[in-house]
Amino acid sequence: MATTGASTLFDKLWRDHAVCELDSGETLVYLDRIFLHERTGAIALQGLRAAARPVRTPQQVFCTMDHIVDTFPGRGDETLMPSGKDFIVATREETAAVGVRLFDVDDPDQGIAHVISPELGLALPGLSLVCPDSHTCTLGGIGALAWGIGSSEAEHAMATSTLRVKKPKNLRVCFEGALSPGVTAKDMVLHLIATIGANGAAGYAVEFAGSAVRALPVEARLTMCNMAVEFSAISAVIAPDEKVEAYFHGRPHAPQGEDWQAAVEYWRTLRSDAAAQFDREYRIDASTITPSVTWGTSPEQAVATAGQVPDPDCIADPGRRAAAQRALDYQGLRPGQPIDSIAIDAAFIGSCTNSRISDLRAAAAVLRGRRLAAGVRGVVVPGSRGVKRAAEREGLHELFTAAGFEWRDAGCSMCFYAGGETFGSNQRVISSTNRNFEGRQGPNTRTHLASPETVAASAVAGFITSAAALADMGEPVQ
Amino acid sequence: MKAFTRHSGVAAPLRRRNIDTDAIIPSREMKRVSRHGLGEGLFAGWRYTLPGGREPNPEFVLNRPEYSAASILLGGDNFGCGSSREHAVWALAEFGIRAIIASGYGAIFYTNCVRNGVLPVCLPDADVEALAQLVESDPQANPVAIDLERGEVRCGTFCKPFEMDSASRHMLLHGLDPISLTLQSDAEIVRFEGARRARFGWAFSPLKSNASEGSQDVEKMKSTES
Ligand code: SF4
Repeated sequence: MATTGASTLFDKLWRDHAVCELDSGETLVYLDRIFLHERTGAIALQGLRAAARPVRTPQQVFCTMDHIVDTFPGRGDETLMPSGKDFIVATREETAAVGVRLFDVDDPDQGIAHVISPELGLALPGLSLVCPDSHTCTLGGIGALAWGIGSSEAEHAMATSTLRVKKPKNLRVCFEGALSPGVTAKDMVLHLIATIGANGAAGYAVEFAGSAVRALPVEARLTMCNMAVEFSAISAVIAPDEKVEAYFHGRPHAPQGEDWQAAVEYWRTLRSDAAAQFDREYRIDASTITPSVTWGTSPEQAVATAGQVPDPDCIADPGRRAAAQRALDYQGLRPGQPIDSIAIDAAFIGSCTNSRISDLRAAAAVLRGRRLAAGVRGVVVPGSRGVKRAAEREGLHELFTAAGFEWRDAGCSMCFYAGGETFGSNQRVISSTNRNFEGRQGPNTRTHLASPETVAASAVAGFITSAAALADMGEPVQ
Repeated sequence: MKAFTRHSGVAAPLRRRNIDTDAIIPSREMKRVSRHGLGEGLFAGWRYTLPGGREPNPEFVLNRPEYSAASILLGGDNFGCGSSREHAVWALAEFGIRAIIASGYGAIFYTNCVRNGVLPVCLPDADVEALAQLVESDPQANPVAIDLERGEVRCGTFCKPFEMDSASRHMLLHGLDPISLTLQSDAEIVRFEGARRARFGWAFSPLKSNASEGSQDVEKMKSTES
C-alpha cells in the first residue's frame, strides 16, 4: 500500500470495490460481474440450491459452454468426453432455473469465457469480475479487476455479490524499449516467467507497464495478463488507454451515450500515480526478448527458439535441477539439444491465451502460401463464434484449411484433456496455449508453449522454429 | 465446514516443485457433476500404471504400504498451482488428507483448502526437507503432529512454528461458513451497491436486459483491431 497518498492502479480498483474492511483482516470486495462455465458452474449452482441460497443478482451472472463442449463443426450436446453431456445439460438446467444468461452450445456469441467477456463488452475497464477459472486474470489486460476463484468462492460470489479477500501486495513489471520484429506478448510473458520463476508473483497483483506494454494492441495485452497466473500472480492489470476505449466503443454490452462518456471519464483515471509505491518491481529490457518456447513441463522452463535445451547439471538449485531432469524425461529431450532440432507431431492454435482474431491473422500470415510439414497435424480453434465469423469474413479459414489445418468451432478444445479428445501419447505438440503441465493435453502428450506465429512456423517446418527463421529458409510458393 | 484444531498422522513426502492441480486431479477424472467420487482419481496420472487405469503403480508414494494411511502431504514449492478446480481439494479430502506442508501454494488452491477444512501449512523449504527426511526414516514411527491453535508442526525432535493469515486460521479453527458470515454484512453491501450505482451508473446499465436478451447483433460487433 502506498504511504505517500499516491496510489497504484490496482489500489484504485481495489478501493472502488471495497465494501468494508472485515475484522479478519480481509476486505469485502464488491463484484460487478460473475462468469461461469459448464465445467464447474452447475456444481456451484447446485451447491447454492442445496443450501437454499438464492443467487443475489442473477443479471450479474453469465455462463458459457467452453471447457467440455466439442469443437467439431456441427456439434450438439454430445461430446467425446465421457459424461460430458451431463455437464452440458446440468449447466443448462441450473442456469435456466435461476435466470442466468447462458451462452449455450448453439448461441452465436458462445466462446471461451475470457474471450467473449471483453468481446461482448461484459467485462469492462474498472469493473470487477470473477470466474471459477484460473485464467480470469486475462481481463486485467483491459483494466478490469479480475481473478480466478474456486467453486466455494463462486457460490459465495453469487450468494452475496462479494468475496472476502486479503489484499495482495503490489508488483510492477516494466517492459521498456522496443520489441524486435516478430516478438509477441506471448514471448514477453514466457521470457518473464523463465527469468523470474513460475512462483515469482506469489502473493502479488502484478501491473504490467512500460513503453513496450503501452505499445501492445489490446488483444496482446489480454494474452500477457492471461499468463499472469502461470507467474503465480493473484491478478494482473494494465492501465486502460485510448486503444482500450476504441476497442470497447460500440461493443454489444458496452455503455452508450452519456453512460459511455461517464465510463471513459472514469477509465482515464485508472493508472498508477507517478509517485505510487510498489512492494516489488522488475524491469525488463524489451529489446533483449526473442521468440520463446517452453521445453519442459512448467511455463518457467522456457528458452529462445534459437536456443538449446538446458542441462540440468548446470542448474544450481536442487529443486529446480530435479524438476528439470523430470521434465526432460517426460518430454523426451536431451540436455544441450538445439531447439530447432525438436521435431513436432502436431500444432495447436487456440485457447484463451491466443485465439483472438489478431492471433489467427498472425498465424495465417505465416501460413500463406505454405503447407503443414508431412505427418504434422494442425488444428485451429477460434476462441469464440464471433472470432470465427470475423475470420471467415476475411477468408482466414480457407487459408488455414489450404495449409492443411482443421478449422473448428469455438471452445477450449485441446488446450486441456478432459477425457475426450487428445493428440495422443508421446505426441509432441507446439501449442499457443498457456499450460505445458504433464498430461495437460492428454496422457503423456508433450506440450511446447509458444506464440501463434511460432506455432504456425513450426507446423510448416516440422520442427520448432520461429517465423523469422522459417522465412530465412525460403519464400513460400504461391 | 469441517473445523481443524490439531491433527496427527502419517505424512507422505511428495517433494516436487510446481505440483499443479491437473496432477492432483486430472481433468479426465472429474467425471460427474459432483464434489464427490474424486478420491479415486487423486494423482491418477502418477498413482496408476496406465492413464484411466486402476492398477496401482507400486513406485508412487501413496501406494507404498508404509504410507497407505497418510493423512498429511509434504509438498514442494508452489503446490497446487494451475487450474482453479476445487476438485483437487475435494479429492485430497476424500482420500483422507487433512493437511499439506509446503513452502508455497497456488493462491486459488490455498483458499480452496481453507474453504474445505484442509490445512495448508507454510514452512520454509529447508524445514519441509528436514521433516521429509525424518519421516522417510520410518513413516509409521514418526507421525507428524500439527497444532493450528499453537501454530506448530512437530515430529520427534522436530518442532517448528508456522504462521497463517488470521482470517484463514479463524475460519479453519471454527469451521465457519463464510457465506453466512458475509450475509451478516448485507446491509453494508446494499449501501455500497447503492452508492456505486449512483457514482458508476454505466457499470449497471448494460445489465438491465441481459437475462432475457437473445443473441447480439454480432455482425456489428467489432472483433477487429489494428
Ligand atoms: S482455453 Fe484452456 S486455459 Fe483457457 S479457460 Fe479453456 S481450458 Fe482453461
